[in-house]
Amino acid sequence: MLELIVPLLNATVQSGTPILYATLGEMMTEKGGVLNLGVEGIMSFSALAAFVTTFTTGSATLGFLAGGCAGLFLAFIHGFVCISCLGNQVVSGLALTILGLGLTRFLGTPYIGLPCEGFEKAAFPILSSIPVMGDILFKQDALVYVSYVVPVLFWFFFKRTSLGMAMESVGEYPAAAAAAGLKPILLRYSAVLGGGFLIGLGGAYLSLAYTHLWTNGLSGGRGWIAVALVIFAFWRPGRAVVGAYLFGGVMAFQLRLQASGTNIPSSILLALPYALTIIALVFSACRRKHSDMPAALGTNIEPEG
Amino acid sequence: MKQFTRFFIAALACTAMLMSLFACGEAPKKADEKAEKNAAEKKEDAKKFKAGFVYVSPVGDAGYSYAHDMGRQAVQDLGWVETSFVESVAEGADSERVIRNMARKGFDVIFTTSFGYMDPTLKVAEEFPNVKFMHCSGFKKSANMDNYFGRMYQARYLTGLVAGAMTKSNIIGYVAAFPIPEVIRGINAFTLGVREANPKAEVRVVWTKTWYDPALEKDAAISLLDVGADIIAQHQDSPGPQEAAQERGVYSIGYNSDMASFAPKAHLTAAIWNWGSLYVETVKEVRDGTWKGDQAIWWGMDKGIVDLAPYGDMVPEDVRKMVDAKKAEIKSGKDIVFAGPIKNQKGEVAIPEGQSASDEQLLGMTWFVEGVVGTTE
Repeated sequence: MLELIVPLLNATVQSGTPILYATLGEMMTEKGGVLNLGVEGIMSFSALAAFVTTFTTGSATLGFLAGGCAGLFLAFIHGFVCISCLGNQVVSGLALTILGLGLTRFLGTPYIGLPCEGFEKAAFPILSSIPVMGDILFKQDALVYVSYVVPVLFWFFFKRTSLGMAMESVGEYPAAAAAAGLKPILLRYSAVLGGGFLIGLGGAYLSLAYTHLWTNGLSGGRGWIAVALVIFAFWRPGRAVVGAYLFGGVMAFQLRLQASGTNIPSSILLALPYALTIIALVFSACRRKHSDMPAALGTNIEPEG
Repeated sequence: MKQFTRFFIAALACTAMLMSLFACGEAPKKADEKAEKNAAEKKEDAKKFKAGFVYVSPVGDAGYSYAHDMGRQAVQDLGWVETSFVESVAEGADSERVIRNMARKGFDVIFTTSFGYMDPTLKVAEEFPNVKFMHCSGFKKSANMDNYFGRMYQARYLTGLVAGAMTKSNIIGYVAAFPIPEVIRGINAFTLGVREANPKAEVRVVWTKTWYDPALEKDAAISLLDVGADIIAQHQDSPGPQEAAQERGVYSIGYNSDMASFAPKAHLTAAIWNWGSLYVETVKEVRDGTWKGDQAIWWGMDKGIVDLAPYGDMVPEDVRKMVDAKKAEIKSGKDIVFAGPIKNQKGEVAIPEGQSASDEQLLGMTWFVEGVVGTTE
């Protein structure tokens, strides 16, 4: 039994990781009060940026950071439109998705089929020798190890640092934040840019660790799942981790169920990850009184006068 | 401020739309530009023969459209044909516009290479009775429109022979796109080959319901490797499954085109399309006026439309000999793949001894042969 479950959970972590990065990125953006529907486009574009950087410089770490910076760049466009120009956040986000996917196809065509080094699976020293848990959690690639730390930092940032709390306040009630002497515009920009960077890391994971070659369509709808997960996770990083791994886990599980020769129709199995993730998160939400949804989410800060 | 904002958003949206259109390959390719110029100078150069191609995906992906584009290049190499193509054309209304555009520009023959182009092609064919239309993989036809496809199952059967001879765990994984007759037929032919070379082996199928999601398709292959498969075959346009096999140090069988470059250590061979043979013949027929409409063309390996990619170094000499002998038999025109007796998954005889599956049976195939583990639902 163990020899079936361990590879399953190992695969779970891998397929959950890009979604986890993107979900946390979107969560950060939304905590600052800005809705970013461009996640799919940002992931796709940053996957390309990460790949091209690694391909030309040979450094996977540089590629990973380039993915983040590409996400930051696209998020800046969104920030400029919504925060500085008071544009509609939904429209700008959707346009960003189209722009990101389009740019990726346009710029990525010459690289199709080329391989790159990227990140290989490497056992984490010491921790990987823990039985079972070590095999599941610590025989992954470096980007997965990074992703273990990110949710903790995320939680710490918003709950324990003044910058994080200030950022959250502009997502709740920007006028009050301004009255308290904070700079709402600047804070919203930092939430959008920081979120874009995280989403970009998720994109970079796809082209550097998930697959090691460039092809179009790498994001494959994962960005939209991240947008949905933020809502079902009630803007809490802990629940985002559960949601991302649940989705990845059920996806890995249903593929293995098919591979072991079941008679359950594949259409039902393929719908399972989506259905179960939503059901589980909604079900657990029923027991809670409130979500952490930012009160000012989706609204712009209108200048006075 | 507000006005500026609105303007900015509108501008951004327009840019984004334009970018996506551009990226979707609407922008005419080099060959197309030439064709356009040609259209302008039509009077001077009225007799230049022109062939147009419409693809559903980008050509650079080593997959389905790449294979079609190799065929287009074979036509271009004839020297007397001007070819152009539009890639990444969405099925449906978009494709109708693209096809009509080509017809209007005065192309002599237009190849539409995806199933979903069937009705748009038929519609445009009615509007332009002087243009010849060739639609790939569908079933509708008219006075100036043929449909065409190749007997890919013949090549699949041969790759199955290779896989059956090479497996050690007797489990072969097959990552498959959608449970439609074309894919099921391929899995069955592959399995018949596997079982002929190795009666103990079985083929396990995982459906992804995608044609092109490299990460998911790689995951599907890994799930098959986790249940003990030591060879991965695929009916998918992305090289994801090949990569999975390479990483785990096992073998793989490619599809569409030679996928060896994606997984040089794993790639045993591939079932490949060679559309050039049909495309060259078609443009010749159209030029000579011998082209006939209302035909359903289903060529086999004997005419070279499907083939095997070169064997990887790891395929031993005796296996090559065995497969080459079968290949020669198929090439001589004998259709030995679905020759009875063939049992279905339940062990019942589906095609009795002495009979062979008819084209009708093959085109409507919705059941698995014995040896496939999985469901067609």
